[in-house]
Amino acid sequence: MTSGEARANPGQEPAVAALRAEQVARASYGRLIALLAATSGDIQFAEDCLSEAFEAALGSWPRTGVPENPEGWLLTVARNRQRDVLRSAAHRFRAPLDARVGPAAPPVAAELDPDSIADRRLALMCVCAHPAIDAPVRTPLMLQVVLGFDARSIARAFALPVATLAQRLVRAKRRIRDACIPFVVPDRARLPERLPHVLEAIYGAYAIEWQLVSDVTLRGSFAAEAHYLAVTLAELVPDEPEVLGLAALISLSLSRAAARRTGEEYVPLEDQDTALWDAALIAQGEQYLERAGALERPGPGRFQLEAAIQCAHCARAVAGRTDWAALRRLYALLVTIAPTLGARVALAAAIGRVEGVERGLAALEAIADTRAARFQPEWATRAHLLQEAGRSAEAVEAYAKAISLTTEVDVRRYLEARRAALAASP
Amino acid sequence: MRYTFLLHYVELTPDDLPDGAWQEGENAMHAYTKELDEAGVLVSAEVLQPSSSSTTLALRDGRLTVQDGPYADTKEQIGGAFVIDVPDLDAALAWAEKHPAAQWGTIEIRPTAVRYVAGSWQRDPPPESVEGTA
Repeated sequence: MTSGEARANPGQEPAVAALRAEQVARASYGRLIALLAATSGDIQFAEDCLSEAFEAALGSWPRTGVPENPEGWLLTVARNRQRDVLRSAAHRFRAPLDARVGPAAPPVAAELDPDSIADRRLALMCVCAHPAIDAPVRTPLMLQVVLGFDARSIARAFALPVATLAQRLVRAKRRIRDACIPFVVPDRARLPERLPHVLEAIYGAYAIEWQLVSDVTLRGSFAAEAHYLAVTLAELVPDEPEVLGLAALISLSLSRAAARRTGEEYVPLEDQDTALWDAALIAQGEQYLERAGALERPGPGRFQLEAAIQCAHCARAVAGRTDWAALRRLYALLVTIAPTLGARVALAAAIGRVEGVERGLAALEAIADTRAARFQPEWATRAHLLQEAGRSAEAVEAYAKAISLTTEVDVRRYLEARRAALAASP
Repeated sequence: MRYTFLLHYVELTPDDLPDGAWQEGENAMHAYTKELDEAGVLVSAEVLQPSSSSTTLALRDGRLTVQDGPYADTKEQIGGAFVIDVPDLDAALAWAEKHPAAQWGTIEIRPTAVRYVAGSWQRDPPPESVEGTA
């Protein structure tokens, strides 16, 4: 925000002050928590004090006007609150005072300059994705602590009971505090080994993989937030190819979100109307990918490869056709470094395009994984290849199996329509 | 092939949960059941009253016993039953993993052995014979 934008304006509507407080909350939550939690290591305590500062803002901004630097105002009030609590007799009973009182807060004047508020969000992200924190709770923790979402909306997206998730978040925060996980950015030597956890946690907000039965499920509600986190991380760490790769991957896949459905109907990637793709997001993704490539590190990582795959798909918007040979090479590379079931099935599909359906089917058969037998994308791909091969009876059976494993109604309808068309044709 | 999801969970009331959590659960259950229905695989869905409202009956040696309460006095009780009609266990598992009750309880997936249809008992096809069919 610019300092001129929010002049003190007594007599502003309370609604304006409330709206302003909410905007500041979304944009600055993680920045403020990163600063407030760094000294004590106590995220819950920082959150409580910040939430009291927001309450104070809602009480006083409608009267006094929104301060010129709302972030600095909130930080000062929250810091004062922290000190009050730490000095209170009640608190002295519970914990040794000297252990928890951080260094004295910097002078208020300095904090009123927006640029002086350091961005420590990278340290905060590293704490959320610390190896000592259980992997499944890292993504929810990041959504809560860096973006300020409440447990309820996170629980909904992750299909978890609110109480369960809330308990896990509390436990993780307690662990961060009690184990004294440091709020620092790991040094150059150790950052590369810590970043993958951060990247996984952000990716986890974007795509949630069900127990390998159905395909990756995209949850609309947090895809935009994952994009925000990935882009923020790319700003904070501009010279790590995988960081740029993840930002590219999420930008590029998000660009097609609007085209995935027309009305109630599911539209597979290759049938999507490219006019509905978001050109700005595609351009952004391509830029990240180019920057990652320009770093010239040996061997592209998983996110860079997945982004390159998305990029090859998005290129149809300009080229008018899909370069399957390029996709085949990219999937082959991806399978060597991240041999997930999904990647192997996608490779088989690309082989089917480039080398013929029989080779594609052979590649599917070669997947030696018992889970493939109940993996929906495997059956959908098999059905498609069998249909191309003119093996209609087998294709109808494979479609039936794929349909039986599909729990998304629109994808089900799409597969049923394909099966019906096949059964009707001679 | 019919499968019954027997839902086992600890019995709670809305007061045992944080504000709004019960409603969240009901919403999730409704959305899920609607998906089953729209996919054409739902046979029936019943959520039961707490086991405290159960009455248990048995006839032993000609003597009738009728008791208040559930058959087994365990912490987790059967709280509901969903019957679905899908080709095989893989499909049943695909649906069961998305059942909201899997989050707070345990889902027992039991295939139907025989069922009464139009005046007679019919065997539900055993899994081997439905391999690869719709």
